[in-house]
Amino acid sequence: MSIRLQDVTYIYMSKTPYEKAAIKKIDLEIKQGEFVGIIGHTGSGKSTLVQHLNGLLKPSSGMVHIDGQNIHEKGETARNAKRSVGMVFQYPEHQLFEESVYEDIAFGPRNLGVKEEEVETRVKKALDFVGLDFEKFAKRTPFQLSGGQMRRVAIAGVVALDPKYLVLDEPSAGLDPRGRDEIFGQIMKLHQATGITVVLVSHNMEDVARMANRLIVMNKGEILLDGKPKDIFCNHQAQLKEAGVDVPPLTLLMNQFKQRGLEIDSAVVDIATAAQNVYKAVRRS
Amino acid sequence: MGEFITVKDMCHTYLAHEGEEVQALDHINIAIGKGEFVAIIGTNGSGKSTLAKHLNALLIPSSGQCLIDGMDTKEQENVWKIRQSVGMVFQNPDNQIVATLVEEDVAFGPENLGVAPKEIRNRVTEALKDVGMEDYRQHSPHLLSGGQKQRVAIAGVLAMRSNCLVLDEPTAMLDPQGRQEVLSTVLRLHREQNITVVYITHFMEEAVAADRVIVMEQGKVVMEGVPKTIFSQVNRLKELGLDVPVAAEFAYRLRQLTMKIPEDIITDTELVVAVCP
Repeated sequence: MSIRLQDVTYIYMSKTPYEKAAIKKIDLEIKQGEFVGIIGHTGSGKSTLVQHLNGLLKPSSGMVHIDGQNIHEKGETARNAKRSVGMVFQYPEHQLFEESVYEDIAFGPRNLGVKEEEVETRVKKALDFVGLDFEKFAKRTPFQLSGGQMRRVAIAGVVALDPKYLVLDEPSAGLDPRGRDEIFGQIMKLHQATGITVVLVSHNMEDVARMANRLIVMNKGEILLDGKPKDIFCNHQAQLKEAGVDVPPLTLLMNQFKQRGLEIDSAVVDIATAAQNVYKAVRRS
Repeated sequence: MGEFITVKDMCHTYLAHEGEEVQALDHINIAIGKGEFVAIIGTNGSGKSTLAKHLNALLIPSSGQCLIDGMDTKEQENVWKIRQSVGMVFQNPDNQIVATLVEEDVAFGPENLGVAPKEIRNRVTEALKDVGMEDYRQHSPHLLSGGQKQRVAIAGVLAMRSNCLVLDEPTAMLDPQGRQEVLSTVLRLHREQNITVVYITHFMEEAVAADRVIVMEQGKVVMEGVPKTIFSQVNRLKELGLDVPVAAEFAYRLRQLTMKIPEDIITDTELVVAVCP
């Protein structure tokens, strides 16, 4: 069970003077149950890449398979395969359109032909997942909610589709730190509870480092690095720099400790552990 | 340092759905000096953006007063002068670009003010130079990166000869490099041209660069001071749902582990020196 990209190239404005290959010969397999972070500089091809994961873009060459099904074939099975991938775009709150929060979230499942009782269960579950109280919010218009709340309603709309693969493009942009922690906390919880596959595109290195168990770094339309976040942040800093990607601030801080001669295990992604490592190292010295 | 922005006991009430009143700003008192760089932080819905909109008379106080360079935003005849001296830059770069060429976009403001064409040309050249975008004069704005678009927006404000920049989360939609471009441009303008800056952000590493930080919560100013005093209060900020710079939190954790680390550490260098003297 996986999403598999084979030799995928996508060219924008093909056969014009503006022709540009956004991604080049990408080979990638995202297995079920993984939590994959994708980072890269603006224009590195991240968004183009994720739009191939559910067939929003058709490769100029190469193939995309979801659970073994070529998604660019015609027919019901290919359509269902594409539907197993839920996509949360950047600023998803701009896509809210219904009169009430309930209706907005129910739109997707209804479109899939889900029965009305089941729709209600799904809306409740989805609202619960994003941490909004059903009684309080279901009837309200989505347009007078705060930015963070709108974002959550939009994400709930995708969760209600009950996808096997969840792709999120910068879900925390513009949210305050608490809102960001809540959204990420809930994504993590969903991932752990249901084993849903998550693909997270983000500029926030710390969050990616903390949550993803696999990290893909894009540069100039190609996959530059693919591996464990800790390993990438600690051992490939030169390449990250080349890709115009920031190393997480914590890693930078740990580097500085090392430069001052402190012998520490710097391969950490949370401040609490890092502080303990430094504490131990100082006591030893 | 004379006061440039004076907010006295200001309230702002929105009419929400079903006639319900929402108090977005609740008896705010703020004074910002000429040439000061003030960062405003706070959670979503704390009233930051509402406050920003008062600073160039996009909103008028429900009660209390907002004075810009001594001019009351309530007086209709002041509005144009206020908007000329306070320029706004918003979060989404795509929502504030109006022209099809970078230079035309920057010229839009001064054109509207009735500045003579020759003078406009000078101002555009100067403003684009100030934000490091002079090479993009003839480019089409929609092909620029987010950071570049925001710098063009800042140039548009400069071309109006505004002496105060109000930026409402200007980097929220940008990648790390774009964020760096915008912040360093603003810092440079502040330093070199003594421009007053009000900078709203969720990124604490940006707020650390300010002269002073104002923290808002539920329409009120709850903390105010230099970055050092604000960001060393790790617990308080966390309660408010805000971040602290990595170094500040790291120092806080080390103190909890009974290490003796000074209370006012907010940068990496300070922390490293304190730990390994």
